[in-house]
Amino acid sequence: MTAARTNGGHGAGVPRRIAVVTAGLSQPSSTRLLADRLAESVRRQLSAQLGGEAVDVEVVELREHAQALAGNLLTGFPGPGLRSAIDLVLEADGLVVVTPVFNASYSGLFKMFFDVVEQGSLSGTPVLMAATGGTARHSLALEHAMRPLFAYLHAVTVPTAVFAATDDWGSRGDAHGGLVERIDRASGELARLVAAAPPAARTERVDPFETPTSFEDLLAGR
Amino acid sequence: MQFGIFTVGDVTPDPTTGRTPTEHERIKATVAIARKAEEVGLDVFATGEHHNPPFIASAPTTTLAYIGAQTERIVLSTATTLITTTDPVLIAENYAKLQHLTDGRVDLMMGRGNTGPVYPWFGKDIRDGIPLAIENYHLLHRLWREDVVSWEGKYRTPLQGFTSTPRPLDGVPPFVWHGSIRSPEIAEQAAYYGDGFFANHIFWPAEHTERMVGLYRRRFEHYGHGTADQAIVGLGGQVFMRKNSQDAVREFRPYFDNAPVYGHGPSLEEFTSQTPLTVGSPQEVIEKTLGFREYVGDYQRQLFLMDHAGLPLKTVLEQLDLLGSEVVPVLREEFARLRPAHVPDAPNHASLVAAAGGARDSGVHATDDVTGRTAEDAR
Repeated sequence: MTAARTNGGHGAGVPRRIAVVTAGLSQPSSTRLLADRLAESVRRQLSAQLGGEAVDVEVVELREHAQALAGNLLTGFPGPGLRSAIDLVLEADGLVVVTPVFNASYSGLFKMFFDVVEQGSLSGTPVLMAATGGTARHSLALEHAMRPLFAYLHAVTVPTAVFAATDDWGSRGDAHGGLVERIDRASGELARLVAAAPPAARTERVDPFETPTSFEDLLAGR
Repeated sequence: MQFGIFTVGDVTPDPTTGRTPTEHERIKATVAIARKAEEVGLDVFATGEHHNPPFIASAPTTTLAYIGAQTERIVLSTATTLITTTDPVLIAENYAKLQHLTDGRVDLMMGRGNTGPVYPWFGKDIRDGIPLAIENYHLLHRLWREDVVSWEGKYRTPLQGFTSTPRPLDGVPPFVWHGSIRSPEIAEQAAYYGDGFFANHIFWPAEHTERMVGLYRRRFEHYGHGTADQAIVGLGGQVFMRKNSQDAVREFRPYFDNAPVYGHGPSLEEFTSQTPLTVGSPQEVIEKTLGFREYVGDYQRQLFLMDHAGLPLKTVLEQLDLLGSEVVPVLREEFARLRPAHVPDAPNHASLVAAAGGARDSGVHATDDVTGRTAEDAR
């Protein structure tokens, strides 16, 4: 389905929007916990960058869309709830995406969401990647699995990806190289990218229904 | 306004019995369904075209000619004719022949239709789907309108001084619809030629159909064929009815849950709220169908999908009885009452002949190319 969005820019005074996509399954989940910590840090640092402007943060819990995602794969269109979630993500100025690591990669639920987002629609979007897992041995899943996914989607990933293992939740977060420091470093990177983007920096997308290719061009001299 | 049915010719197990009809049974059932459609007063029977299992929808003109011989009034059409992988020369010949045999009871709906693996079987590539649809139709359009065609394109061998025979009946080619689920290029194509546009409608939400039809109407006007609300629009629909709404839901649910395309995905309730599917009483079908014009405007053709997902023939025939006796008469009256006078009917052979200023001898070289003399002159 073609996205209706034709204006990715901001009017004056429109707050920057951060969308958080989280693929945790249990409730509460450590994935959502990490997502919330990242969102709060991004909000604080982005607002500071923008001289105290308000920042909108919206969270998409993929668990709530699990059946709709399977439906979308089969029917080719999203139901209304999933459509709203996709639109939130497409209209955001920056994304925070968080998944549990399952079998050496992002979860299937996480991938399903990015499989039904229209091709090209995340081009140029700043993305902070994060993941959770039982041990730090899973942490490179972010680099080997998730970063190529967003490279393929032409999103702009920030250099620091945040992995939180079970150990991290029990240790002093403010230690050198600890979880809090990693959260703040990655969030700062995302905040700077989003703040630096001028209004309407996101690619203006041509709506093929509003601006169709004329038939003379399609026919191309035949 | 025209009402009819379209079939994709799927051979699907009946999920309530586990039994799969044989190809022979399904082919014969298709004929029985078409005859029933005429008997209950419908205007159009359209068959799909597929070249792979589990379908029996190859050789569509064979099917349509056989049905044509057993019916008198119903318009025989396609949903869709594969303009991407079928040689336009064969389409020109086959459907002109069908037009003669059935005395003009023929129109066609062009579609890309295929899945990826099908294209190479016909020497084509799915990535060329849109350019194939455009080039092939452009040639077909000429083959039916010019007695002698010299042509060169990208996707088939050139033609030098080629004449497609038989020439269209009365010198008037069959009316053509262009069908699409999602491609704005196809709406543009239909608008360019002033042909009809058929929105599949049944698999996706109404907002999407509204955008496709809206584009077609605007461009129809842009290309000078009339005002936007005079463009020729068709819609798909999908219904299952019983007198009592709850009985319809109970009986149809296993077919829905296991259906090709959307089965095992959204629930019946979700799909009926998000798409044109109506499962319920004839009155509910009437109400939902009348609602279509609120987002596509006054339109000319409504086709229903009635026979897919393994529904047994007996059930399909019962559905057609309900459609013909309780639904379509009411829809005909209501749509006619709501439609402004300047919105035309869908063209048929008679109206196309009238618009062309009468039937003309369509024999090849009926007029001498060099002297302009006809056979009558020579007498």
